[in-house]
Amino acid sequence: MESELKLRRSLLYVPGNMPSMLQNVSIFDADAVQLDLEDAVPLAEKDAARILVRKFLDGYTKRRQEVFVRINGLDTSYAEDDLREILPARPDGIRLPKADTPEVVEHLDTLLTEFEESHNVPLGHFKIIPSIETAYAVLHVFDVARASDRIVALAFGAEDYTASMEIQRTKGGEELFTARNHVLWAAKASGVQAIDSIFADVDDVEGLRRETELVKKLGFIGKSLVNPRQIEIVHDIFRPQQDEIDYALEVMEAISRARELGTGVISLRGRMVDAPVVKRAARMLKTAVSMGLVAEDAVDLSDEMIHGVL
Amino acid sequence: MDITRKASAGTVQSSDLMVFVEPASTLEVDIESTVKQQFEGLIRERVMANLARLGVSHGRLRISDRGALDYAIDARIETALRRAAVKMETSEVVP
Repeated sequence: MESELKLRRSLLYVPGNMPSMLQNVSIFDADAVQLDLEDAVPLAEKDAARILVRKFLDGYTKRRQEVFVRINGLDTSYAEDDLREILPARPDGIRLPKADTPEVVEHLDTLLTEFEESHNVPLGHFKIIPSIETAYAVLHVFDVARASDRIVALAFGAEDYTASMEIQRTKGGEELFTARNHVLWAAKASGVQAIDSIFADVDDVEGLRRETELVKKLGFIGKSLVNPRQIEIVHDIFRPQQDEIDYALEVMEAISRARELGTGVISLRGRMVDAPVVKRAARMLKTAVSMGLVAEDAVDLSDEMIHGVL
Repeated sequence: MDITRKASAGTVQSSDLMVFVEPASTLEVDIESTVKQQFEGLIRERVMANLARLGVSHGRLRISDRGALDYAIDARIETALRRAAVKMETSEVVP
């Protein structure tokens, strides 16, 4: 349930070896930041980046968003050093690249559990967001999604995915359609969130808007971002629109009347309102409530109202 | 604890610093900074606190600062010293 309600519309990458970017983290309005020790850091600077991120996080105590650290892949010699350095600074979680198999996630889970046990950190504190970014990972994504209770979201990585497919990534995204759906099915079936890939062309605002609208339609609840200028556009699109909120409130009112009549189905503006319609409306309203767009006491979102008296 | 070989860390980007270290029989710290007039004293204090924390009493350090905040100074000094194969005595944060 926590995972369903937590806003993760925007997961902003911040290069781990750039103080000028790191120290702006506190003013970024992203729902989460992903401090990057992987692709943004050259091999010769891996040690410097993890120390810089550690020192930065030690001092960033009043955090205004979730903080994830993208470590290097567990198949590299850097990953365990990354964890050893940054876990004491208590990030909220780890963005795990190349999560191709459940075993990779289980391995990370074990390392996190060992750290929590030996450092008196509540078990399960560190969350995991696996990156699904190869053809192999797409084929195994459902097993990956269920590999650890720490997983709060699956993140699709289109750049590495298209590289693994030996194809070009296009702005239309036709080549990503099936892979995105695989990630979405696994996420929905496992009860975790689905985060879409970055949009690399920072200057193409319309392109970002189109892609974000597309992935919202498909079922993603957020995107990874490469530039703070992208935050506002993405938030705007993932924000429930007023007409959607109004309709959802009408749905809840209608089902409330239906409950009084002892039925689970009722007509609203000539369209049938039944269990799936109510569930969808309630989920949207919960998001709207958590974003402060609807007052918490404005609507009854109890299980009894959503599902009917058991 | 001695610095056993030459090493450096950091970048020349703004808000960062470069730290160069090499072995020496005494402790010498030379600071260049874009904000030297206002902040040399504070930077030196921070450098010395890091050297004390890491148990370094001999060596030559040259700092080329471009307006770095404390956490970046701490990080780059620690990186340079680790690269210079200084054995850490502690990893506590500078108070």
